[in-house]
Amino acid sequence: MGALGHFLEEEGIATTQISLVREHTAVMNPPRALWVSFILGRPLGVPNDPAFQRRVLVAVLGLLEAKSGPVLDDYPEDAPRPPDEELEGFACPFTLSRPPEKSDLAGELQREIAELVPWHQLSRKERGRTTAGMSGLTAESAARFVTDLIAEPSIPSYRDDLTPAGALRLVCHDLKAYYFEAAAAQPGARAAMEAEQWFWRETVIGQVFFKLREVCMAGEDKALRHFGAKNVVPMAISAKPDGVR
Amino acid sequence: MVRLADLSEPERNYLLGRTKDLTGFDGRPWVAGPALNKRRVAIITTSGIHREGDRPFGDGAADVDYRVIPGDVSAGQLVMSHISVNFDRTGFQQDINVVFPIERLKELAAEGVIGEVADYHYSFMGAPPPRSLEPRARQLAGMLKKDRVDAVLLTPV
Repeated sequence: MGALGHFLEEEGIATTQISLVREHTAVMNPPRALWVSFILGRPLGVPNDPAFQRRVLVAVLGLLEAKSGPVLDDYPEDAPRPPDEELEGFACPFTLSRPPEKSDLAGELQREIAELVPWHQLSRKERGRTTAGMSGLTAESAARFVTDLIAEPSIPSYRDDLTPAGALRLVCHDLKAYYFEAAAAQPGARAAMEAEQWFWRETVIGQVFFKLREVCMAGEDKALRHFGAKNVVPMAISAKPDGVR
Repeated sequence: MVRLADLSEPERNYLLGRTKDLTGFDGRPWVAGPALNKRRVAIITTSGIHREGDRPFGDGAADVDYRVIPGDVSAGQLVMSHISVNFDRTGFQQDINVVFPIERLKELAAEGVIGEVADYHYSFMGAPPPRSLEPRARQLAGMLKKDRVDAVLLTPV
């Protein structure tokens, strides 16, 4: 981000930027930057809070009025957390009928996805959009591709224009989007960290993704090995939770 | 947060490890300009968003390319294909403005806080080494000038 500020300014265009990692910005010294304390992925702080976003935006654009630089200011406001009582119900927003059987992770995943259908439909209706679908597959087909690949890592891509790693990346993206969008349709506010914990610790898909990482990293396809190592499980969730196979 | 002290150890170590790739930007470029209420502003995000149907970002050499986002884009057209799994996506899923504040920017233009909103905005994926973005960024500067942009808002993820 800071690099773009340098390149564009050298070409004659003024820039101002939001900084999420102050240590990086301090090293790069871009012309104008406003450090915010928000989580990675939310540079404007709070979704669906136009007043909050506006305050951040006015502050960062205001740096364009500075007379000299580089400028690195700290934004004084933290993003509010949802009230604790609303988070309590998020431990497991979907009551799964029964725990996944060791021998049938694929079947359990299909069942879990089916249980989320009404919530994802509600999400689509309320938001008027979904960010799932880049793979071109339904959630059910995307899940089948993942579990088939776990069973047989050398299966071909489902699309001629994508490598297995490229296809898998879009499929994993779509499945995560499907789950998180469905979860957010539940009543009550959701904090990002709680949603993340739920996905990785309490769902069948979380278990499937841990298994997928393992299979990719043990395979012969270099791109899949890289994908498995870097792009399946977040660093913050790097250790397998207890009880995951 | 993000204060590094609040992150998990692997995340903290990763982010601190990236610092070595960020040195060498020793120039102090500084472009002055008109008052904020006269500026024409474009957004450039490194969040890896693009219109549905545009080529997704990936691991290939071409993934230092940018994607064009027309100013009249609707929220329903935008998706995110950034390869990193180490940042929150649920905010963007709920509201594009938390990453790409196009609606807020239009409101500020309507109120006269800024002059105008550009016709085109741009998206990179912030994962590659910063220097790899240089050729496309310099090329993009020419496109911005054709759009009469004199201020760019940069937003990361």
